[in-house]
Amino acid sequence: MPAVVAENIVKRYGKKKDIVEALHGISFQAEQGELFGIIGPDGAGKTSLFRILTTLLLPDGGHATVDGLDVVKDFKQIRNRVGYMPGKFSLYQDLTVAENMEFFATIFNTSIDENYDLVKDIYSQIEPFKDRRAGKLSGGMKQKLALSCALIHRPSILFLDEPTTGVDSVSRKEFWEMLRKLKQQGITILVSTPYMDEASLCDRVALVQSGKLLSVDTPAGVRAAFGKPLLAVRAEKMLPLLNDLKGSGAVADAYPFGEYHHAVMRGNHDITELRQYLEQKGHQQVEIKAVEPDIEDCFMDLMKN
Amino acid sequence: MKQFLSFVKKEFHHIARDRRTLFILLGMPIMQIIIFGFALTNEVKNSKIGLLDNAHDVASAAIRTQLDASRYFDVVRDLHSYKEIEAAFKKGDIKLAVVIPQQFNTDLQHFNTAQIQLIADASDPNVATTLTNYATAVIMDYQDRVTHGRKLPYTIKTELQMLYNPQLKGAYSYVPGVMAMVLMLVCTMMTAITIVKEKETGTMEIMLVSPIRPMKIVTAKAVPYLLLSMINIASILLLSVFVLDVPINGSLLLLIGESILFIITSLTLGLLISSSTASQQTAMFISMVGLFLPTVMLSGFMFPIENMPLPLRVIAHAVPSKWYYDIVRSVMIKGLGFSAIWKETLVLTGMTLFLLTLAIKKFKIRLA
Repeated sequence: MPAVVAENIVKRYGKKKDIVEALHGISFQAEQGELFGIIGPDGAGKTSLFRILTTLLLPDGGHATVDGLDVVKDFKQIRNRVGYMPGKFSLYQDLTVAENMEFFATIFNTSIDENYDLVKDIYSQIEPFKDRRAGKLSGGMKQKLALSCALIHRPSILFLDEPTTGVDSVSRKEFWEMLRKLKQQGITILVSTPYMDEASLCDRVALVQSGKLLSVDTPAGVRAAFGKPLLAVRAEKMLPLLNDLKGSGAVADAYPFGEYHHAVMRGNHDITELRQYLEQKGHQQVEIKAVEPDIEDCFMDLMKN
Repeated sequence: MKQFLSFVKKEFHHIARDRRTLFILLGMPIMQIIIFGFALTNEVKNSKIGLLDNAHDVASAAIRTQLDASRYFDVVRDLHSYKEIEAAFKKGDIKLAVVIPQQFNTDLQHFNTAQIQLIADASDPNVATTLTNYATAVIMDYQDRVTHGRKLPYTIKTELQMLYNPQLKGAYSYVPGVMAMVLMLVCTMMTAITIVKEKETGTMEIMLVSPIRPMKIVTAKAVPYLLLSMINIASILLLSVFVLDVPINGSLLLLIGESILFIITSLTLGLLISSSTASQQTAMFISMVGLFLPTVMLSGFMFPIENMPLPLRVIAHAVPSKWYYDIVRSVMIKGLGFSAIWKETLVLTGMTLFLLTLAIKKFKIRLA
């Protein structure tokens, strides 16, 4: 039995005249013990989807099950067994770290001792500050506390809504390391993120854009499906370079990508030819190399088609 | 049960750590009682009056002495003409002028009838009415002594008796009023705000995705405020008995029981407000405008309900604090027992049950 099944989920907001459809029929499955990523930019509908799966919102169409339980009918049972960490830090800022932990443990009819082994790795990092009020913690520590609180009842499925948004890159790396360890304990994890580079850390990803699913696959599968030659191009003047790339008949699409511009090429291409074309346009120190597509490249590609 | 207690403990932490709010919650009733008791008094005591004595005879002198001796009046001005009366009023020196005509005593002795004119500053009508009543009483008192209690032919004497509050103390009406006000404010507003705060900070979201039942959340939130309100009632009652000399004439137990009923009504109202608002500001605004003002204006504590136009009277009867105010006045001031207030209690209970049903129905087990 898959851990999470979503079938044609539709969600609309607003009344009568200005209805906004946030989700237009989303379908996917996450298997037991999987680290499943929902990747998409802000406003893609990730939070709406998470809230439907955690029984906080009712879908306007479609069905979904979590642990085989219907998110509408069996919401009470679902609430007993999932862990949920909302996008915004949502613990009590005026309670201390220890008080927050104890409170959430009792709410879930358990105690810190009972499941200490599960949260040990994470909680031990913030335990030295356990008498500090949660509001006074740093961003990374808040996030660890929130994760500890979401885990304290040993949920079978963990829903993490943008856990790494607004967190520094070191803490982000640590956080994914923690998720990997949790996965080894057999917990299914659904995590949403707007950061494409985090996609490769998931077992499988669903790419979402404007309430639509673009693709559901393993990160490698998503990259393999790109199927077009990709070049990274750099020159002295980057802005005119982008325009000239877009103007070339051999280039299907071009967009900035870190220090380079990425150029998606049409069929058979020749790097030398492209270099000549660019130098003709007056570009100096032109550097061109073939690259493997990243998830972000795939996302851009899927978004445009 | 452990869940519940842990939740209550958490609420106490919230309250105790927000020192300023706690200070306001506990200090407010004390402040209100003191302000109403000593500053905002509409009682008539030692009012300054003027006397225009055109007679200068035995009778006028006796009346003057008697007025001056009464604790309601101080004769501060001897006036000599009507012009001076007006000037004194305009300067604000006096609140009431007593005019005794020429040959007052002669008229009284020979024609068995004499007149005294009372001129009052009616820019505050209530004070003016009270002052003229008192002055009339003093003069009637003098007349009684002149006639030695003999019955005059064809006179109707009215005998006034101010029951339950013979000294016409304002405290008798505002102590119950302040109780209604404070309970309404603490219970309704604070419950609404504390629940909405959980929505605002997102903790409600986590709480909903947990095994705890929503009704448990709400009840746990109400418990600390119930306790705070009990402390407030205690401080109000202690202050009114020992500082303001307002006695508790009826059963203290009954008074506390009825207060708990009203606290529950207020908590339920707060719950109802919280389920239909999304921000703390809105919750506070609704509590203030929707509940606090009607409590002050329409419970009969400031303005008598009997004098209101029909629509307002209807609204006043729908305000829970009106019924609580009536109950407290009956028990505390009049010293009546349950048999006298069962109707009010029934109305209040009915309102509470209705509001509770509505609040439970409207409580959202989801986000939207």
